[in-house]
Amino acid sequence: MDVIIEILKELHPDVDYETNTSLVDDRIIDSFDIISIVAEIDDRLDVQIPAEEIIPDNFNSAAALAALVKKLEDED
Amino acid sequence: MQQKNVLEYIEKTVLEVPDKTAYESFEGETVSLTFRQVYDTARSVGSFLADNGYYGEPVIIFMKRTPRAIATFFGTVYGGCSYVPIDEEMPKMRIDLILSSMNPRLIICESSTKELADGFDFNGDTVLFEDICSTPANDERLADIRSRQIDTDPIYVVYTSGSTGVPKGIAACHRSVIDYIEHLSDVLGFDRDTRFGNQSPFYFDACLKELYPTIKFGAYTAIVPKQLFMFPLKLVEFLNDKEINTVCWVVSALTMISALGAFKKDTPHFLRTVAFGSEVFPIKQFNRWRQALPDARFINLYGPTEATGMSCYYEVNREFEDGDAIPIGRPFDNTDILLLDEDRKVPAGEVGEICIRGTALTLGYYNDPVRTAEVFVQNPLNTHYPELIYRTGDLARYNEYGELVFVSRKDYQIKHMGHRIELGEIEANVNTLDEIYLSCAVYNKQKDRIVLYYTGTIEEGALKDVLTDKVPRYMLPAVFTKLEDMPLTPNGKVDRKKLLEMAN
Repeated sequence: MDVIIEILKELHPDVDYETNTSLVDDRIIDSFDIISIVAEIDDRLDVQIPAEEIIPDNFNSAAALAALVKKLEDED
Repeated sequence: MQQKNVLEYIEKTVLEVPDKTAYESFEGETVSLTFRQVYDTARSVGSFLADNGYYGEPVIIFMKRTPRAIATFFGTVYGGCSYVPIDEEMPKMRIDLILSSMNPRLIICESSTKELADGFDFNGDTVLFEDICSTPANDERLADIRSRQIDTDPIYVVYTSGSTGVPKGIAACHRSVIDYIEHLSDVLGFDRDTRFGNQSPFYFDACLKELYPTIKFGAYTAIVPKQLFMFPLKLVEFLNDKEINTVCWVVSALTMISALGAFKKDTPHFLRTVAFGSEVFPIKQFNRWRQALPDARFINLYGPTEATGMSCYYEVNREFEDGDAIPIGRPFDNTDILLLDEDRKVPAGEVGEICIRGTALTLGYYNDPVRTAEVFVQNPLNTHYPELIYRTGDLARYNEYGELVFVSRKDYQIKHMGHRIELGEIEANVNTLDEIYLSCAVYNKQKDRIVLYYTGTIEEGALKDVLTDKVPRYMLPAVFTKLEDMPLTPNGKVDRKKLLEMAN
């Protein structure tokens, strides 16, 4: 979770990622950010997010992203 | 008789397929307009403008990315005006700069954008689309305007990045847009069955590729919701659901789909023409597209906004490997490309600046004769009569196949995420802050990101916040680095080369 928040903070430092659950819906993150997030998670956590998981629900909050990463790690 | 007015397209098409859907958008509510509705709405807007004394004026259009905005664009042309699209995603300061450099008399907005429009630094009139879209058509007045229009009258002004910090407004006329549409349609094979997927924002000249061929052929354009460009499989699903067979997208929109692995699950199988441009297509990603759509045509388009966004094209007809550059090909009909070194033509195979001549040239920069005169210059190879060429600042050479290949920029302009960006504009905006001593923006091509180096008293996060309000998202550097000392060259200039090494 800490790494996820670190990645997100680098993109938008002022957002409270502990509480925000509408990063996509409120257009806080955009397509530039999604590509960065997917690349950074691959770089730092060695987790590849497949296309079918790149959906709004998985990117709306830091917790959702962390859950996705955990699920993908468990599957691996 | 040769066509001289873009409105002739819609007037012909509305007689042939009045009830066919022309444009459709899906962001929030679905907005769908038939050709008849586009035509009627445009004539109502035109009549409002004509009846209220706006003839000949540039009109700012501040509306959502829906077919209503498109009908309003055509409406301004009916009213003898030119349209200037701006967008709610542009920072307010940039919009204020555009307004102050243009000094327009009218903004057309809609109820959903009115609150933002009221905050602009603007003293002219603001009207709501909802209040003018049903104005009774004033046939007599519209016919009178029409009889006075000539093909060098402006249709629109679009704004692009300017190195002084002030964006440049490029004014295009009927003649250049008609030239563009006719030749582009031939090359890309548009017809009535064409179903476009629009990606560009309306303030970007690339959106001409869908707006005008749609009314020329009675084709269909789906305005793809912006949010889908974040989610590759949903985007592919959308393209398939709408049976989109033609796209003209910036490379980054295409690579988003291929790089994020969408093709492992699904392909946009209706696509038969994939045109792209504005950036260099990474070959690895390009080959994924070709493998996914082996029967589709892939066409690289090149052209600066100053030449109506169209100059050259290349239809991919051979294999490319990592490290290769996809050529920009050869000029469209009625366009000539000169490769010049200052005032002389470069020898075959050597690198020269792309200089364009032909009717696709726009009218120049709005309210800016000085900058216009710097780049729209007399053709140095023609000493017999006045003839303008546009000096692009892009360097190219001919390859062994006789195709043009883009090499690099002459200056500090870059292409990033499909947008043309003057790094100097980023610096000019940063340098307005009292807390900044020196700044320099460099572009790391390998990682496709802008890095800003600066010296001063402001912290990196705070600087990013300030700059976010001043420049569009695509111009915002990915990395802000505060330095103790700015590296300088022996003659005291910022050492860009050193900074670029640091960024790499």
